[in-house]
Amino acid sequence: MIKRKAVVNVQECVACGCCIKVCPRNAITVPNGIHASIDRDLCVGCGMCAKECPASIITLEVTEE
Amino acid sequence: MNKKKKWYDYLWIVSLTYLILGFFNILFAWLGLLCFFIPLLIAIIKGNKAYCNKYCGRGQLFSLIGGRFGLSRRKDIPGWMRSKYFRYGFLIFFFAMFFLMLWNTWLVFSGAKDLRTVVTLLWTFKLPWHWAYHGTLFSDGVAQFAFGFYSVMLTSTVLGFITMVLFKPRSWCVYCPMGTMTQLICKLQATH
Repeated sequence: MIKRKAVVNVQECVACGCCIKVCPRNAITVPNGIHASIDRDLCVGCGMCAKECPASIITLEVTEE
Repeated sequence: MNKKKKWYDYLWIVSLTYLILGFFNILFAWLGLLCFFIPLLIAIIKGNKAYCNKYCGRGQLFSLIGGRFGLSRRKDIPGWMRSKYFRYGFLIFFFAMFFLMLWNTWLVFSGAKDLRTVVTLLWTFKLPWHWAYHGTLFSDGVAQFAFGFYSVMLTSTVLGFITMVLFKPRSWCVYCPMGTMTQLICKLQATH
């Protein structure tokens, strides 16, 4: 089955956490203040975080599972 | 979909109040030091960016005006603005200007310079701000620091407001010197 998942470009993430607040599934954390990290099991690929990210470094990628 | 609001989701009110108070009595500007020390202490002691992630009232204010009220084009920020060169460059520039402000404060403290009741916007434009000055109990330096610190806060708000309109609501977060510094502290702690 084809699913969409949010993927963070960890090199460019500024760890502001804007994505945490908009995620309807509470799938995002910023462990140790370094970069955002998305729980792939919770992510439903809605794209809210990608839209919110001020640095525009979250993308949706299609994965086969 | 709508998450239950927590107490800290209302800290934008504090940020807004801070900016307004500066129009009435400049000495309130001293309270802005909290926005410097709290994120630093959280980063150093707790080793995370909870300040940015949860408590930053300025970020909430931009997301309210740019997001909820729609005063933002919601375009992607240019690549160079999120590059490390720009972010660290802006941090260095911001701190250079900050120390220059501290130096001016010192000159007024020591009596070498007279108090100037102006707010300097974007490090260039001197705005008359005498109406918000009603004297100070200790030294003129106390007031000079307040004018200088309020200049820093107002300048960064104006810059954040411009990038909020041009790009995404919280574009300021990308190049916020406090954000860059706390992330740097967190990164250094994680590797040591």
